[in-house]
Amino acid sequence: MTPQSFVTVYKEWDIVGARQIAREMAKELGFNVVDQARIATAVSELARNIYLYAKEGQIHYEVVETMNKKGLCVRAVDTGPGIKDISLVMQDGYSTSGGLGAGLPGVKRLMDEFDIQTKVGEGTTITTTKWVRL
Amino acid sequence: MDKVLNKNLEEYKELLKNFINTQDERSLYKVERMSKSFIRNSVLPEEIVNLHIQAMDELYPDIANSFHHSMNFLLEAMISYGLAHQEFQLLREQQIALKSEISIAARMQETLLGTEKPNIDGLDIGVVSVPAHQMNGDYYHFLKGNDGMLGLAIADVIGKGIPAALCMSMIKYSIDSYPEESMRTNVILESLNRVVERNVESNMFITMIYAQYFPDESILRYSFAGHEPAYYFNAMKNTFEEVNTKGLVLGVLPNATYSQKELELEKDDMVIFLTDGVTECRDDGRFIKIQEVLNLIEQYKHLPAQDIVDRVFKYFEKLQDFTLRDDFTMIILKKEV
Repeated sequence: MTPQSFVTVYKEWDIVGARQIAREMAKELGFNVVDQARIATAVSELARNIYLYAKEGQIHYEVVETMNKKGLCVRAVDTGPGIKDISLVMQDGYSTSGGLGAGLPGVKRLMDEFDIQTKVGEGTTITTTKWVRL
Repeated sequence: MDKVLNKNLEEYKELLKNFINTQDERSLYKVERMSKSFIRNSVLPEEIVNLHIQAMDELYPDIANSFHHSMNFLLEAMISYGLAHQEFQLLREQQIALKSEISIAARMQETLLGTEKPNIDGLDIGVVSVPAHQMNGDYYHFLKGNDGMLGLAIADVIGKGIPAALCMSMIKYSIDSYPEESMRTNVILESLNRVVERNVESNMFITMIYAQYFPDESILRYSFAGHEPAYYFNAMKNTFEEVNTKGLVLGVLPNATYSQKELELEKDDMVIFLTDGVTECRDDGRFIKIQEVLNLIEQYKHLPAQDIVDRVFKYFEKLQDFTLRDDFTMIILKKEV
């Protein structure tokens, strides 16, 4: 396992590849089965957003370690249209129109840390981390 | 949450083992209780599936691989349900917060718009005004002039709920600022019309009645702005007549004009004012005809005005299975002596 790697998302099937890398890295880091599934779902959601709205982008994976914890950091980078109103897309039930429970609020829930940088016309970078529960 | 799950793993495992051996209802009852405690502790469905996987692994270490894989597959299928559940939870909390804010607003509306039934010489007054929802879109207000004159405003905002309630406060404070006793009813409506036209979005309209009763002359003067007609009960002839003046609803044209009419009241005569919540009461999809309202009033005419309006309201409340579809306001002025 390389400590850092990425996949390019361009076709719908790339989403599967993005999920798979996330799951393998999560498993190796010692995440339990539930958290592996959550990380894979979060990555799936991020990759799907790239595929649907930006057409092309990358998912970067990085093992992060501090003194007392270890985790997986996932970064979704695209040069798509950007998001005009972040608070709107972060609102529950907005992108999922009535409770399919995913979208960006879903990603935020599935992971431990979540950050979004976006500029209209330039693109979006979402950085999100989950720590191994000890 | 992890602690809850670890504590539950042993219990769940025991129950599962019992159930697999005996298929007894007792274990099923216990797992039902456990499931409720999971919900209370916000345990998500994927975690319950995982609990099941762990329990099975410990109970039957040599379980078929295919079964094990199938359970992981099920866990995966539960992830989005877990998210939807969390989202639902959050929306429910937000809804509770909203409801409590609205009830605070409703209480504030009551305080802001509160009015007391005044004592007017020789006049018996009955009032009922009940909102369909928390905020009342109907409004009435009594004023007592120095010379014992009664001023009565009744308004109904077309469009309900909070915007309507906010609009009512504006009407009330405008009226409060008028030297009412010296103003004719039509002039009051003309002035209010300008206030509404200037300050309220063009999709909101207000129908209104302004009436003044002068006890010395036993005369009622009134002006209507697109409101439901009122009814005059002539006690001598035992008949009802429509009471109305022509005039546009408030807020449509800046320079709308209104007219004033008057009516002399004799002993036991009544004037009945209502909002469309009364005439739009529905009984199984059928609109109630005003005649039905008037028949009821005629039947109760010997009672004090307050008892009449209370009984009419109770009758229609029952007719609608105790769920009002519109705000209901009815005011009766009854000449005593």
